[in-house]
Amino acid sequence: MPDLHSGGRGFKSRPVHFANWKVEIYSQNNNYSQKNGDVTEVGMTIAEKILTAHSPKQRAVAGEFVEAKVDWAMVHEELGTPNGVAHLFESLGYEKVWNPKRIVALLDHWVPAPSVDAAEIHKTCRQFVKKYGVSNWFDMNAGICHQIMPEQGFVCPGELIVGTDSHTTTYGALGAFSTGVGATDMTVVFATGKLWFKVPETIKYTISGKLPKFISGKDIILRILKEIGTDGAVYKAIEYYGHTVKQLSIDGRMTICNMGVEAGAKAAIVPPDQKTTRYVKARTKRAYKIVKADKDAEYIEKRDLEISNLEPQVAKPPTPANSVPVTEVENTPIDEAFIGSCTGGRLEDLAVAAKLLKGKKTAKNVRFIVIPASYEIFLEAEKKGIIRTILEAGGIIESPTCGPCTGGHLGLLAADETAIATVSRNFVGRMGSPKAKVYLASAATVAASALKGKITNPNTLG
Amino acid sequence: MMRTVIKGKTWKLGDDINTDLILPGPYLTMRDTEQMMQHVLEGAIPRFAEKIRKGEIIVAGKNFGSGSSREIAPLLLKRLGVGAVVAESFARIFFRNAINIGLPVIECKDISEKIKSGDVLEINLETGTIKNVSRKENYAGTRLPKFLLEIIEAGGALKRLRQSAQ
Repeated sequence: MPDLHSGGRGFKSRPVHFANWKVEIYSQNNNYSQKNGDVTEVGMTIAEKILTAHSPKQRAVAGEFVEAKVDWAMVHEELGTPNGVAHLFESLGYEKVWNPKRIVALLDHWVPAPSVDAAEIHKTCRQFVKKYGVSNWFDMNAGICHQIMPEQGFVCPGELIVGTDSHTTTYGALGAFSTGVGATDMTVVFATGKLWFKVPETIKYTISGKLPKFISGKDIILRILKEIGTDGAVYKAIEYYGHTVKQLSIDGRMTICNMGVEAGAKAAIVPPDQKTTRYVKARTKRAYKIVKADKDAEYIEKRDLEISNLEPQVAKPPTPANSVPVTEVENTPIDEAFIGSCTGGRLEDLAVAAKLLKGKKTAKNVRFIVIPASYEIFLEAEKKGIIRTILEAGGIIESPTCGPCTGGHLGLLAADETAIATVSRNFVGRMGSPKAKVYLASAATVAASALKGKITNPNTLG
Repeated sequence: MMRTVIKGKTWKLGDDINTDLILPGPYLTMRDTEQMMQHVLEGAIPRFAEKIRKGEIIVAGKNFGSGSSREIAPLLLKRLGVGAVVAESFARIFFRNAINIGLPVIECKDISEKIKSGDVLEINLETGTIKNVSRKENYAGTRLPKFLLEIIEAGGALKRLRQSAQ
């Protein structure tokens, strides 16, 4: 395990008393604004509080620009691509990165390298981390960045994290403000530890109702995307509240935060609760501060979703917002069924699939591919017999990587082929041929479809 | 140094032009940028790379550049000679990446209803105004904040960083 206690410059935290975790820790930052002659305290959202706490400002609200110190910078192969971070950083001529202990670097997109070009990218990554002393380095036996970051203790509530991947919004599941950036922004972070941010407005999403059988975070986020569209949260943050969110596991919360970016969200955040602190405390001893929104925080929009009667959702190509109840696309023939990725390859996903697959065989016309999101998940699934169940059902298991989700390797689609997958995107050309079709669904729906060789409602099987 | 006035013929695209359309994932590992460029937007406009001329402007609907954080997407557009992208809205990572690598991006409400593909536009980045030379119309685009214009004027975020370090 990397040393997680040696914070970088300006990252001294004081211990948190967990019994008091509901206390508004940043309330001292609230100042007063004058409206119509009356002095009123205006509440702040989680995004406003975290960005304020990381900036020199006393108070930064939606619309303001801040230069903020980041707690963690995550890079995957974007470090080593020909126009990537390593190339750009070297061109700057800095001798050192701002803080090698606050960078997490790993390989996940093309692991192990499926081509000479990918191998060259990996080589550049390995050389860079060695040269600059990046000790939080995960080579090919770790997993997908958005599982590794929380799993290996690099995410705590209240932290500000950037990553060279759009799905970096995932870490909001643990109450952090985390967002994706490109290679140039990451290079600026490598050099200075800081980045400019526009403080986003926030949408408050309240989700209520008891989770029906086979309904997971994936079904909920696909339904939300249908409601707000692919640009429903562009430039904005989302905060998730409600009884359902409390019921969701950390795995499920990661899925709804991960795919917040499919609505364009800058961050997607679940306010921390006991599930959060239990998860985090098991993975790091680093001190952190719980950040919650003020009761009178200002939201740009408030939305409610009731899910007691939600059917499993399937997003038709070519956007994740194109979701319908599974019954509307039932019996659509499929060539491939894929369970994996940073939004569908966690233990909970593998477990529900195994439950449906137990003692059965997948359809002969379907290529059934499963890729656990990390080695920890892989080992745990092996221990629980999940791996054996998948293999006996006719599935192929690959070692942790993004695989076909990013169009890289291990199960790409030919023209006119159709897949159902637990991945985040069904864009044209995403998983192979621009003439292929990808349907997005939960692991339960994908497993059920693999068994029948066509899109299938898991409720008809289990 | 970037020009603050950009004039060129337009290529009109729809809503949700995502980064997988701009450069599909299967080509991401290519080391030869020239080779990569041949696949830009091929899912939206076949052989776009052969058709685009230097200085031409992409006009699109909402949510341009959604999806992945791959900075190669705006970089390839720039290398192909795209002078600017005007859209009703941009996905935020693409917007930042474009400015960071020096591809001018400007938001303009209802722009895709106002113009036809092939119209000639003249964009003033400093004022945010867009002149449709073909139709003799003017549209108000969103002005970039001063510090972003400074990044563009410096020729990108890293050049700006070098300037401030000196």
